Amino acid sequence: MIEFRNVTKVLSGRPVLNDLSFTIQKGETFCIVGASGAGKSVTLKHMVRLMTPDDGHILIGGDEISSAEGKELGRIRNRFGYLFQSAALLAWLSVAENVALPLREKHRLSEGEIQRRVHETLEMVELENDGTKLPSEISGGMRKRAGLARAIVENPEIVLYDEPTSGLDPVTSRTIDRLIGQLRAELGVTSVVVTHDLHSALAIGSRIAMLDQGRVSELAAPDAFIKSSSKEVQRFLASQYITQDAPWERDAK
Amino acid sequence: MVTREPEYFPPPNSTVAHLGRHVLFFCRAVGQGTLLLWYAIRASRYVLTKRTRDEVVMQMFAYGIKSLGVITVVGLFTGMILALQTGMALSQFNQEVNIGTAVMVSMLREMGPFMTGLILAACVGSAIAAQLGTMVVSEEIAALEIMSIDPVRFLVLPRLVAMSVMTPLLAFYTCIIGVIGGGIVGATQLGVSWEAYIDNATRFAMVKDLYVGVFKAYLFGLIITTVACHAGFATTQGAVGVGFATRKAVLVSFLLVLVSGYFVTRLFYA
Ligand SMILES: Nc1ncnc2c1ncn2[C@@H]1O[C@H](COP(=O)(O)OP(=O)(O)OP(=O)(O)O)[C@@H](O)[C@H]1O
Ligand SMILES: [Mg+2]
Repeated sequence: MIEFRNVTKVLSGRPVLNDLSFTIQKGETFCIVGASGAGKSVTLKHMVRLMTPDDGHILIGGDEISSAEGKELGRIRNRFGYLFQSAALLAWLSVAENVALPLREKHRLSEGEIQRRVHETLEMVELENDGTKLPSEISGGMRKRAGLARAIVENPEIVLYDEPTSGLDPVTSRTIDRLIGQLRAELGVTSVVVTHDLHSALAIGSRIAMLDQGRVSELAAPDAFIKSSSKEVQRFLASQYITQDAPWERDAK
Repeated sequence: MVTREPEYFPPPNSTVAHLGRHVLFFCRAVGQGTLLLWYAIRASRYVLTKRTRDEVVMQMFAYGIKSLGVITVVGLFTGMILALQTGMALSQFNQEVNIGTAVMVSMLREMGPFMTGLILAACVGSAIAAQLGTMVVSEEIAALEIMSIDPVRFLVLPRLVAMSVMTPLLAFYTCIIGVIGGGIVGATQLGVSWEAYIDNATRFAMVKDLYVGVFKAYLFGLIITTVACHAGFATTQGAVGVGFATRKAVLVSFLLVLVSGYFVTRLFYA
């Protein structure tokens, strides 16, 4: 579904992505972990062409987004929902209006239909009672959930999550994890999740990629991932108190 | 189209390279600004959609009505200054009554649009640049682009329409207030009666003066909005960048208002 072929990107004179290659299958929940500044957000931005690779190709289900322009680019982008690290809600619109925005602007739906879809989506992220508030009036975690609602309101095929659970309390984090799992199970959504939270990566991921210095240094299913011999992976696991003998709960899946 | 890739240029190694880079950046900004205006004009077929209409009305209120107070004060005093200056010169020839024409014509042709342009550049240009700049920094523009919502249509078009309606109206309003200000000075300082003043003011002013003034104001509205939107969209480097963008928007639109005002006058009267 998403294929990176030898993608290289230099930012501020420093290589951030370095000959990066991987393939994400349809219907998969692909987790990307890695240290801060490893290039995780940059990788996601390449998938929707907010950045263009200096070298290499990015294919979305056979279409090359790294060279698409105009209408073609719009068509490919329409397959995506994107949750930004900063949520990126429009400040002057209420939460519900933010979620309704893509529906209003792009689809010819009746007002009732829009309201129904918005309410349904807000319910999924447990914000149904906060629809009338402005983004500045809700907490960071609520903003993130509102951003998530906006990302999924159009039922996209692929959803990209940039740190969906950072800044959320553990209980809400698990709700989001469950939601990601639910989207995959019910709608066959392909998800790419950038996260620092290994517990959640291990719980929801079908495969986990460790990004290090602009390369994939480890790519494995959760079971194999915690057994990885890679030093960085082991350090990462140890930092969150995950050991091979006491693994994680998987019920979220 | 609007979201920019982060750019990086290694520090220039000589003064000439430094200077050359500034010239190139300037040319590029002119090109980008013109393109932005063109994209907005191309998107204008969406002007009548409900959302754009509502947004235009809201922006007209936010930018037009809210600047009314300061514009009134500026217009009044501009007219008073004009009347006082010309009145003192004319009084040497006992021609005080002609301040009517002087104030009316210069307000219509020059000072009305110019003062309105300056105030809107400061109040509205800065607000637009700061808002769009903040949206760039908080990735809201990127979010719009991913949702395939064209930021030009969504953000630039309503502002452009609102400003190209409001600027001529406000300029005309400034003229009227200025003429009233001139009349006050005439009546209190120069001994010109209101009747004589108004009679003189309306006798020699031509409809052409009004047209030129309105056209100028319209042009200023386009300039201020385009420059501010371009500066906002070009914001980089977080909150500091928003500050830079705002300053740039005000400075550049100020200069362009001044220069283009001169050339429009020359075009129509010389
Ligand atoms: N717009 C930009 N301009 C210049 N450099 C950038 C830009 N965006 C990212 N970088 C650089 O790319 C590198 C990777 O950034 P990225 O945002 O992908 O990190 P990340 O892995 O998402 O980290 P975090 O977990 O903190 O979000 C950083 O070193 C950063 O300096
Ligand atoms: Mg990041």
